[in-house]
Amino acid sequence: MSFIKPNFRHPGLLPNALGFLPSDYEGLLSTLCAGCGHDSIGAAIIQACFELNIEPHRLAKLSGIGCSSKTPAYFLGNSHGFNSVHGRMPSVATGANLANRDLIYLGVSGDGDTASIGMGQFVHLVRRNLNMTYIVMNNGCYGLTKGQDSATADKGSKSKSGNVNVFQNIDLAGLAIELGAGFVARSFSGDKTQLVPLIQAALSHPGFALIDVISPCVTFNNNPGSTKSYDYVRQHIDATATVDFVPPAEAIEVNYADGEELDVTMHDGSQLRMKKLHPGWNPYQKDAAVRALHEASATGEVLTGLIYVNEVQEDLHAMLNTCDKPLNQLTERELLPTIQSLEAINASLR
Amino acid sequence: MQAHPVINDFVVRFANVNGTGSASANNMFAKAIFRMGIPVTPKNIFPSNIQGLPTWYEVRVCEKGYLGRREGIDIMVCVNAQTMKNDIAMLPSGSYFIYDSTKALHREHMREDLHYLGIPLTAITQREYSDPRQRLLFKNIIYIGAMTALIQLDMDILKKIIVEQFQGKEKLIAPNHQALELGNRYARDHFECPLRFRLEPRDLLGDKILFEGNAACALGAIYGGATVAAWYPITPSTSVVDAFGEYAEQFRIDRETGKNHYAILQAEDELAALGVVIGAMWNGARAFTATSGPGLSLMQEFLGLAYFAEVPAVLIDVQRAGPSTGMPTRTQQSDLLSAAYASHGDTKHVLLFPSTPAECFDMTRMAFDLAEQLQTPVMVMSDLDLGMNDHLSEPLQIKAETKFHRGKVLTAQQLENIERFGRYFDIDGDGICYRTLPGTHPTRGMYFTRGSSKDEYASYTERADAYRRNMDRLAKKWETIKTYVPPPETYQPNNCSRDGMAFFGTSCHSAIEARDELNNAGLTLDVLRIRAFPFHAEVVDFMDAHDRIFIVEQNRDGQMRSLLINELGIDPQRLVSILNYDGLPITAQNILQQVLTSAGHQAVTSASMPGVSS
Ligand SMILES: Cc1ncc(C[n+]2csc(CCOP(=O)(O)OP(=O)(O)O)c2C)c(N)n1
Ligand code: SF4
Ligand SMILES: [Mg+2]
Repeated sequence: MSFIKPNFRHPGLLPNALGFLPSDYEGLLSTLCAGCGHDSIGAAIIQACFELNIEPHRLAKLSGIGCSSKTPAYFLGNSHGFNSVHGRMPSVATGANLANRDLIYLGVSGDGDTASIGMGQFVHLVRRNLNMTYIVMNNGCYGLTKGQDSATADKGSKSKSGNVNVFQNIDLAGLAIELGAGFVARSFSGDKTQLVPLIQAALSHPGFALIDVISPCVTFNNNPGSTKSYDYVRQHIDATATVDFVPPAEAIEVNYADGEELDVTMHDGSQLRMKKLHPGWNPYQKDAAVRALHEASATGEVLTGLIYVNEVQEDLHAMLNTCDKPLNQLTERELLPTIQSLEAINASLR
Repeated sequence: MQAHPVINDFVVRFANVNGTGSASANNMFAKAIFRMGIPVTPKNIFPSNIQGLPTWYEVRVCEKGYLGRREGIDIMVCVNAQTMKNDIAMLPSGSYFIYDSTKALHREHMREDLHYLGIPLTAITQREYSDPRQRLLFKNIIYIGAMTALIQLDMDILKKIIVEQFQGKEKLIAPNHQALELGNRYARDHFECPLRFRLEPRDLLGDKILFEGNAACALGAIYGGATVAAWYPITPSTSVVDAFGEYAEQFRIDRETGKNHYAILQAEDELAALGVVIGAMWNGARAFTATSGPGLSLMQEFLGLAYFAEVPAVLIDVQRAGPSTGMPTRTQQSDLLSAAYASHGDTKHVLLFPSTPAECFDMTRMAFDLAEQLQTPVMVMSDLDLGMNDHLSEPLQIKAETKFHRGKVLTAQQLENIERFGRYFDIDGDGICYRTLPGTHPTRGMYFTRGSSKDEYASYTERADAYRRNMDRLAKKWETIKTYVPPPETYQPNNCSRDGMAFFGTSCHSAIEARDELNNAGLTLDVLRIRAFPFHAEVVDFMDAHDRIFIVEQNRDGQMRSLLINELGIDPQRLVSILNYDGLPITAQNILQQVLTSAGHQAVTSASMPGVSS
């Protein structure tokens, strides 16, 4: 349920505050299978950016390789994009962000791209707290190579061919919390009401923000016995809270009288307004967040919503003490030492 | 009876234990000779170890100005009991062996044909110093001090170097000076000084500098406008980024805010290091990484992406002896093929081959311009010898009003005037297209960068014709690149022989010396130093102008020869490999012998070149 009524009735028709139409945030026609969860996430990204009034050219979208990593072609067609190599989007995003700290960086990856081949880059990205939003389109399998189990497939989950996964799964949300991520959420591609505000909050978070989105692969992993199928997720979803995103201009003080409502104020003054559904969950406490994840996983539930948040962390630029002006805008004037300096160096080498 | 003196033409080798402070003393030795105005070439031969293993420092003094390593040792200073036996065995007849005589030499170490000069280094330091660390360190200074008497190394210059070295730690100056004097006195009191091999001051060096290639590359990156460095530690490239960090602290911190005009990121591995560089250059910042063979292997996939998606990148490869971990602290030129054709599919990359620190500086700077102008990775192919040893070099120079050449990057204004932007249209007919940077214009110039096949508008396509068009344009761009890369260096005004010799990088000095010696032996060779891949038209002309060309390189398989054959279609019979791949820098003697052998000449006798042992 939503607290905030959108200030427009027909999102398809009215422009946002910047004068952009929703179509200005769309991309090419998707070539994914009909019903693929990834397309719903793409649609949520479009809506989130439209509503957040993001200037499309101020955002850069990056991805690795996989069906999921193809999606940046299908949203934000007015933004620069970079479809890199399998599992290596984190490093490319790191370089891009170091070059220009003023843009918004949105990374899209798959569970194979992140939790297997890209695991090394992913964990280091988290610990560097790069200011970006990182969305994993998590279908528990390798869609693009025809359905092999991925490392996020739950132990005991059955694939389309009837094989049961015998390996322990990797929980990317839990891992990210462990590594110090300041914004960790999980969602479901079929739950746009929850996903859109989470994306908006993640984009507003001034550091690394992970959203692990369960996104069923209708072609290879939507069968009975799979824990990443539409049916399974719908039946086992357990939200931490209902979520609404309140942009900065509209944010208001609320009271916590009944202890069930919780506002998370983002860096830019916007708020995530939540109504607690999961007892014991507290997004400000690492232990409680991790415990909630463990409990849900033990009972086969899929815990969604904001799981952990910590707004007071230095991002990579702060840690490296880089200048406020984007590095890619520095010119000869700032970058070139004088000829005299070179003469002095020569003199010191004689 | 004393043989006639040999002035400014000999090799001194120091045998030390790694981690005992010998490095700075030995550097001081070379620097003092440099300041005496005499051409000098120091080389570290060090183990892959932090402390305890043997390490050698070899200094060639050569009045004639030949700067390559020379075989044969005239004076051995051995302060390492572990290696003494071998150090003695390797000496040519008539050379000097200087050692710590605190303990008497074992009989098995005695050779009739050597001159033994014992200095009781341990005993002197025991007597003079109480601190055990000082005892260790001053041993080195004492043998350097002895050199002032033995070979007439200039004491005043040494003392001045010590004063400079200990600025801010003035307390250490006097004891160091004293240690020099101790060595000098002991030598004067006990030996007939000077020895046959000795120094005489000259004025042969003009404004030259003594510098190491890695630091020169780092300065090249500073003056080339690099703002992002991403790397993963690996010998022998680590000191490139270390030096970049030091120079950046000096030149790149905003005085007002105290903030950095640069970012250095130690990545989790070399894949990530190159990924960061690609991301940064895609986004318009100049970025580089430095690595060596194993790292280059890990970067293969990303190099293919940068080639195909046409993203600039700069990579400094300080080559070491492979394959695999090989000999990580020994030199080689053996990454040529894996760099030139890095990655799967049809790929080719721009390589630059510096041969001096000044050229490390110039080529690293140039690499940023080239990478952005050509929109492709550019690799500076240095090596351990060049990177980690001091070399006599021309001074570093930069033109006043230097501008970065950023290549074909469209501004918002230019985008306004374009009807529809297509990232991969060959507007100028040179195969190089126009690119845009993220964030430039609110509604124009966006495109999707990808490693998959695309059409001129950067849209994904699997159409055969579009794929082929793109590949053909990249091939055309490769032709354009040949006109951008530095031409080779020629050393003769006109070709005057049917035989030629081509070399590159650190083989240069020894090759030139060998050329002169071969000339004396009656074999005239035209020579050429290759400075870049793809090959410049002048390289092609040189190959065409000679029937037989010796290709000098420091690897086993003749990788440059393969590139020449592969790229230029040269008859393999015409290209004769001259190889060195033992991990030590190539010598003129080695080149000379191989050329003569293959040319059917009699091997020269050791008399014609010093230091050649039969
Ligand atoms: C280096 C490399 N190895 C293998 C592949 C083949 N490959 C392409 S996509 C993919 C798996 C993608 O899985 P995931 O990230 O989960 O994306 P999904 O297709 O499921 O959305 C693999 C193995 C590749 N492109 N590159
Ligand atoms: S294979 Fe699966 S993941 Fe890929 S597009 Fe089809 S449904 Fe989506
Ligand atoms: Mg997947």
